[in-house]
This record gives sequence, structure tokens and C-alpha cells, in this order.
Amino acid sequence: MKNLSLDFVVGLFVIAGVTLLLYMSVNIGGASLSDAGHYSLIAKFENTSGLKEGAFVEVSGVRVGQAKSIRFDPEAFEAVVEIVLEDSVQVPEDSIASIRTAGIIGDRFIKITPGGSDEFLVQGDEIIETEPSISLEELVSKYMFNNE
Amino acid sequence: MTSIISIDNLDAHYDDRQVLFDVNLQVNPGEIMVIMGGSGSGKSTLLKHLLALKKPTQGKIQIDGHDIGSISSKELKELRKKMGVAFQGGALLSSLTVGDNVRLPLEHNTNLDTQTIDIMVRLKLELMNLAGFENLMPAELSGGMLKRAGLARAVIMDPRILCFDEPSAGLDPVTSVELDELILKLREAMNMTMIIVTHELESAFKIADRIMVLFDGKVAMVGTPDEIRNSDDKRIQNLINRKSRDEEVDGDAYLKRLVTGD
Amino acid sequence: MQSIMNGVSNIGGYTRNVISFIGMSFVFLLNIFKSLFSRIPPIREIVRQIQFIGVKSLPVLLVSSLFTGMAVALNLYNALIRFGSADLLGPSVAVGLIRELGPVMTALMIIARVSSATCAEIGIMRNEQQFDALDCMAVNSYRYVMLPRLMAALISLPILTAVFDMVGIAGGYIVGVVIHGESAGTYIQGIFDTVTFNDVLIGQIKSLVFAVLIIWIPMAYGYFLHLNRKAAGAAGVSHATTKAVVISAISMLVMNFIISSLML
Repeated sequence: MKNLSLDFVVGLFVIAGVTLLLYMSVNIGGASLSDAGHYSLIAKFENTSGLKEGAFVEVSGVRVGQAKSIRFDPEAFEAVVEIVLEDSVQVPEDSIASIRTAGIIGDRFIKITPGGSDEFLVQGDEIIETEPSISLEELVSKYMFNNE
Repeated sequence: MTSIISIDNLDAHYDDRQVLFDVNLQVNPGEIMVIMGGSGSGKSTLLKHLLALKKPTQGKIQIDGHDIGSISSKELKELRKKMGVAFQGGALLSSLTVGDNVRLPLEHNTNLDTQTIDIMVRLKLELMNLAGFENLMPAELSGGMLKRAGLARAVIMDPRILCFDEPSAGLDPVTSVELDELILKLREAMNMTMIIVTHELESAFKIADRIMVLFDGKVAMVGTPDEIRNSDDKRIQNLINRKSRDEEVDGDAYLKRLVTGD
Repeated sequence: MQSIMNGVSNIGGYTRNVISFIGMSFVFLLNIFKSLFSRIPPIREIVRQIQFIGVKSLPVLLVSSLFTGMAVALNLYNALIRFGSADLLGPSVAVGLIRELGPVMTALMIIARVSSATCAEIGIMRNEQQFDALDCMAVNSYRYVMLPRLMAALISLPILTAVFDMVGIAGGYIVGVVIHGESAGTYIQGIFDTVTFNDVLIGQIKSLVFAVLIIWIPMAYGYFLHLNRKAAGAAGVSHATTKAVVISAISMLVMNFIISSLML
């Protein structure tokens, strides 16, 4: 009986601990246990300044995925961003991907504005319409330049 | 009769200090050999070498035909299964109950089922007058009980050779006599060869077939109790008659030691 | 002149002792890992050690983590409020705890509670010739005594660290949300948004490395107790325990910096 309760307490400790660890890794840390349930798209931007790998992808303000990788394509002089989305999110082929900023100095994220097409993009497709990230300094200088 | 243990020209050091000088000993099967000497005479060191816990600087120790200086670790393991050791304070694992301590060698070295082990443990504890103490922790036992529990653990595998370090140290005379009788009983029952290290004269003379006397790491004499008693070696007579070692004090040397500290 | 010579040779002797001790300790650790493959590990002992290292550390860990989280949040809040970024409180507390404070503080608590006790226990086992007895019984003391403690530490520390992180974050919640009235949603969602898997991974890698350090060092100090001829017996145990605790803590903190800088 004494041994049984020892085993029970230790078992409880280990099970609860591993659950906590998994919760921390998956929910808080956002680790995906597998690639199932996700698909990836590609979007090419003229400028991705400030966008980091792992940045959110939002549709209508709801987070639906993240930017998995950002590469520079030396032939087209464009940045190629791989976007990973949940399977449940379907993106019409004429949607627009734009890089936005949360608040004035917040993190950059990718906003997808859905189009009206009946055709949906599938794994590996490219979002053709993109808007580059807007640099605050450029905006300010443009405003000042126009007023002169 | 070939000897079961033979020590040839053994030298031993602690760091730079030599503690054993050219020790030779032959032990016959079934014999109770007592190694006797005062504190610091090297008798515990000799035991450590016999148990292969320390490597000799020089010399050879053979046990049951194996040279334990050059034995492989696998052979040493097999040899150790045939040897039981009872340590001075029992050396029971403090985290285990007495029963678990005694059954430890069986659990690790045999494939016996739990029931058989239970019976053997009870048998040996009964032999040591420790029946009913299985479930106590070592900390709950007295010194004499610890020694007996250690002895029970040492003989649980029915070893051919039993080494016993200071059976009577720290025990009251009555318990000490009981333990001596236990040792004799054990030899009768299991016909073991025994190496017993002690500084107690009375118990040594009572149980020994032969006695080896060590002085400052050197063998002074090996012989039967009677031979030892009748020895004309002054140091041995001093030991028997419980006289102090430096009976004739060299006054000048003593003064010099005090002043210079050498 | 003579005293200078003595001083130099003292340093030399000391260095020789340190190096030989380090060498022996690594062989010791290697032997423990090797004993893992010899037979089935003693499950019973591992469970008992998890009980000692893990379960029984929970109360002290809960209290210390709650107050650590609260203190960190209090300081961060007062710093962040000056820049009007109190909404970053949650993420700051969480990242700080998960990457640094959680593993380090947990390890320190375990050093205080477990390393000292382990060193003393193993030292006394050495003093009472229990290791000699195990050797003579042909019982592998690495497998039987050391391995369960190492395994138990490797299992317990990541769990304890996770507990520390979560309770610490809850402590931050108390300070930020309950006391200072920040929005609960901002605090929690901020944590979800900011903490990456990488953060959790670094924290857990640290806790595993610390687990080895803070159980191996005290075990080695206890096991090699008899080699220290200057302090034997009870004095030897006390000397070894003090040293083991200090060396465990220092090497843990150094290792923390190394892992942090390697994995930033």
C-alpha cells in the first residue's frame, strides 16, 4: 500500500508535468506537432522590410497562419515569402497579400484581403497580387516633399 | 592441501607512505585465519587488498586460483559471488530495510524467484538471531545487530570464503562472545574459509585456527594460537599482556621529538 | 625564498589535485551512463528518487516561483509604464521566465534542496563502507546508486522548470492584472503571440543540462570523499557538501551563460 501510493504520487507528478510541458510547447510556444492540417502558399513582394519569419498571417483580422520562410530571389529582385495556412482557410485566387504594421511601431504581419473568385489557391500556388511593406520614413518624407 | 588464498610479497602504499611490507600468507580451505595487530598495523589495508578494493604496489594475491591483480572484471565479479564480506559497521545500505539489504546480493546475482529469496533471507536472519527485524531500517538497529545483519548479508550467497572486519570492535563483552560463537557455528554449518581481522586478543584466541600478527605493516608471526601465546617475540608478548608499545622510553629522543617536531 | 618555493609548489599540487579530480569525475559520469546499458535500470529506485527530487520539491518551488514572477512583473511594470508599453508586461515576464529565470531559479532551488542532501548521503555511504560492500557483493554501484538519481533528475528538472515558468507567469498576472489593472486579455494573448517554441526549447535544454550538472557534481564529491585525506569523517562530509553546492551553482550559472549565448 505504501509503495502503491508512492508510485501513484510519482506517476501523477510525471503525467501532470509532461502535460504541462506539452501545453507550454504547443499552446504558448506554438509548436506544430505535425505538418498535417496545413498547406503553404507563396507570395512575392517588392519589399518585405521589417517582416520576420514566424510573422502572423491574418484574414479579416483573424490569425490563420504564419510566414514560414523569407528568401530573396536574385533573378527577379523580389522577396519570396512562404506562407503556411490552416487547411480550413481557403484563399480565392485573386486575393491580395499585403505587409502591414500592427500599430505605429508594432510587428509586421501579412494581411490577406480575400478576392471574389470561385477558384481557390492550393498547396504551392502563388498569391499574385501583393503590396510591399510601407516604410514610415518614406511616407513621412513623401508628405513633406509634396508640401514643399 | 593447496591453499585457497595465497599472498606473496605484498607491498602497499597510501600515496607515498608505505603501509605493508613484504607480506606473505597462505590460507588453507576451511581454516579460520585471524589477522591481528594494533591500530595502524595495516590489517585493514591487507583486507582491502584481499577484497580487490585496492591495487597492490607490488606482489601477488591469489584467491581460488585467480590472480586478482590481473583478473578480468567479469571473472572478478564471479569470484566475488563466492566471497562474503562483513564490514566493521555492517555497511548496510541506509536507504533499504534490513531485509532488503540481506536480499540485495540474491536479487542482483541470481535469478531466484521472490518467494525463494524470502525464505533464504528469513533463514539467514534466523541464524543471526534477527528474526522479525526484516522491516526495520539500519538506523533503528544497535551496533551488534548491525554487525549481525551485515554478517547475514555476507553469507546469503553461501560463499566459500568469508571475510570479517573487526567482529568485536565496539561491542560489549557479552555480545562479542555471542558473535564469536556465531562465527564458529557458521564454519561448522557451511565449512567456509574465514579471514577475520581483529585487534581483540580474547576472541582471536578463541576462534582462530591460525593467527597472523602484523606490526607496522610487517608480518611478525604466523602460527596457531598456542604458538603465538608461547612466542618469545617481545612485541607479541606486549600485545598479549596489554603493555604499552614503548615500554623503555628513550628520554633524549622523546625530548628531541617534542622540540623539533620530527 | 623557501616560502616562495613552498607557495609555488602548493599551487602546483593544488592544480594537480583539481585536474585529477575533474578527470575522475568525467570517468565517473561516463561509468554512470555506461551502466545504463548493462541491465534494466532499477525502476523502483528511480521512482523513489523522482519522489525525492521532483515531488517533494514542489511546495518550495511553488512558493519561490510565485514570488519570483511577482517581483519580476513588479519591476518590469514600473519600467514599462514609463514608455507607455505596459501591454508588453505579459510577454516580457513570460520570455524572461521561460528562457532564463525558470531554468536557473529551479536549478538553484534543487541545488539547495537536493544536491546538498545527495552529496551528504553519498559521502556518508562512502564513510560507512557501503560502496565497498556493494563492490564486494558484485553489485554495480553506478547502476544501483548513481543512475537512479541521474535519471530522476533528468525527468524531474524539466517538469519542475515548466511548473516554475507557469506559476511565475501566474504571479506576473497577479501583479499586472489583479493589482495594476492591466487587461487580462492583453497579458495572456501577448504571451501566446510572443513566446516561440524556440524559447520553450532553450529553457528545456537548459534544464536538462543543469539536471546533469547539479546531480553529477555532488555525487562525484560524495563518491570520492575518501580521497581527501585532509578532512575525513564528518568533517569530510561537511567539506564535500559545501564544495559540491558551490561548484554546482557556479558551473550551472556559467553553463547558463554559454547556452544562452550559443542559442540566442
